[in-house]
Amino acid sequence: MRRSLFRKNLVTALLLAPATLWLVVFLVLPFVAIAIFSVGERAPEGGYQAALTLAQYANLPARATAFWNTMVLAPAGALACLLVAYPVAYYLALRAPQRWRLILLALIVIPFWTSLLMRTYAWMYILGGRGIPALLAYVGIEDLRLINTPGAVLLGIVYGYLPLMILPIYVSLERLDRRLLEASADLGATPLSTFLGVTLRLSLPGVMTGFSLVMILLLGEYLIPTLLGGGKVFFIGNALVDLFLQSRNWPFGSAIAITLVLVSVVVLIVANRISTRLSGARRVDLI
Amino acid sequence: MRAFVVAVFAFLYLPIALVVLFSFNAGHHASEFTGFSVQWYGKALSNPFLVEALKNSLFIATTSALLAAFCGTAAALGLQRVGARTRALFDALLGAAIVVPGVVIGISTLVALVQLFAVVNPFLASLWPTDQPPRLSLGYGSIIAAHGLFSMALVTMIVGTRLASLDRNLVEASSDLYATPLTTFRSIVLPQIMPAVIAGFLLAFTFSFDDFIIAFFVAGAQTTLPIYVFASIRRGVTPEINAIATIVLCASVLLVLLAQWQLGRRKPSP
Repeated sequence: MRRSLFRKNLVTALLLAPATLWLVVFLVLPFVAIAIFSVGERAPEGGYQAALTLAQYANLPARATAFWNTMVLAPAGALACLLVAYPVAYYLALRAPQRWRLILLALIVIPFWTSLLMRTYAWMYILGGRGIPALLAYVGIEDLRLINTPGAVLLGIVYGYLPLMILPIYVSLERLDRRLLEASADLGATPLSTFLGVTLRLSLPGVMTGFSLVMILLLGEYLIPTLLGGGKVFFIGNALVDLFLQSRNWPFGSAIAITLVLVSVVVLIVANRISTRLSGARRVDLI
Repeated sequence: MRAFVVAVFAFLYLPIALVVLFSFNAGHHASEFTGFSVQWYGKALSNPFLVEALKNSLFIATTSALLAAFCGTAAALGLQRVGARTRALFDALLGAAIVVPGVVIGISTLVALVQLFAVVNPFLASLWPTDQPPRLSLGYGSIIAAHGLFSMALVTMIVGTRLASLDRNLVEASSDLYATPLTTFRSIVLPQIMPAVIAGFLLAFTFSFDDFIIAFFVAGAQTTLPIYVFASIRRGVTPEINAIATIVLCASVLLVLLAQWQLGRRKPSP
């Protein structure tokens, strides 16, 4: 009996060993490494010098513009995504004909898994000098600048992250008990108050999941501001690329990265609080 | 509402359609379609740097997805056998691997590996009998490992979901009929979770093949297809990039459809 218990534990350990090793070496240790770097100093020649100081964190305002852009455009982008995504998710979950539902859902999932670089490039192509502005020049509107503006970045954000917002909202609406809607109508509620009191309320966990996921990924976004914002609209991601790959100030970059992670954690906790307070938390399937 | 939904689908697909359309443009400019031609595909595929980057990406995506499918499935099976506390710890770490932005994964892996190499390389050199010791550096290995982290977490989640819906009665029936645990696994569990494993592999492949930001940090001197494309986009937009984009988009769409089809298969054939 004891022997078989030992064997059972051994099998479990062997099954979990590769994943544990991976998580420790490529997730936990790297995180510890940047945490240590973030309280260190920059060596004169550009590397890392061991120290215990909060100087890097005190220096964060040096990148205030990047933080400001990110902290404004990430929530704005997530909100814009939400406003576009909700009606689509609602239609897919509650209005679309049954035989169309899976096909439409697949059409939402496909862009999510196709290269963000290529999809952002598509907008660069359309908004760039030889795209829409060139077409508008034919009808007499000259010198219109679309690319390298905050508007272009916002458009790219909605385009890139819309599927990720639609999916969790769809999941929560799809699991909605239809009898509640009937009960609400039977009790004399107007369609609007049924929507506000039942549908919207019960789909809030999905809304919060979608909003926090999109928001967190946007906090670390690099491609969209780089390609559609040119040198003008830069995010924290751009500051990190600059600090790690160009000016090689790793301790300062690490402090920014840690701050980014802390902000993400706060966003997650707040979103989680809101959705558990309003109703039970739900899991989201990303595919 | 219907009109709005149609408009959103158009919004999602028209830009991609335009990129594809203009990859067949005989002319050079996005503003006018001057005729049908496949010259840009020819140009793209005869560019040695591009072909090299494509080969690198295929190798990295295949290796990291295979590793992830193997380790992720093992982890999902192992997590069925542990207590609630261990499980919660793993779930938190796996969730972090998925949710932490790629830019943070990229830089933290870069920092950790550079420090690690600074310790390991002199040590290897001191052990090595000849003058040319092997030197660990950023490259294939670091990209595969960093991509594998996200992919493994993804596979664990997908396979775990499938395992949770597995019919326990079948497993019990199998052991009641004196099947060894290994036989039960091979003939009951594995066939049921296989579609999820394959779907996980395909999505992991797609992720690795498309990822730019993680590879950008840990690639060292190597080039992957997205890194090459990013660099050429910054030099200027040309129809050649449209041709590459079309190929990559088609490949991803095909892989995602395959993955969805696998996940949709409820009952695998015996």
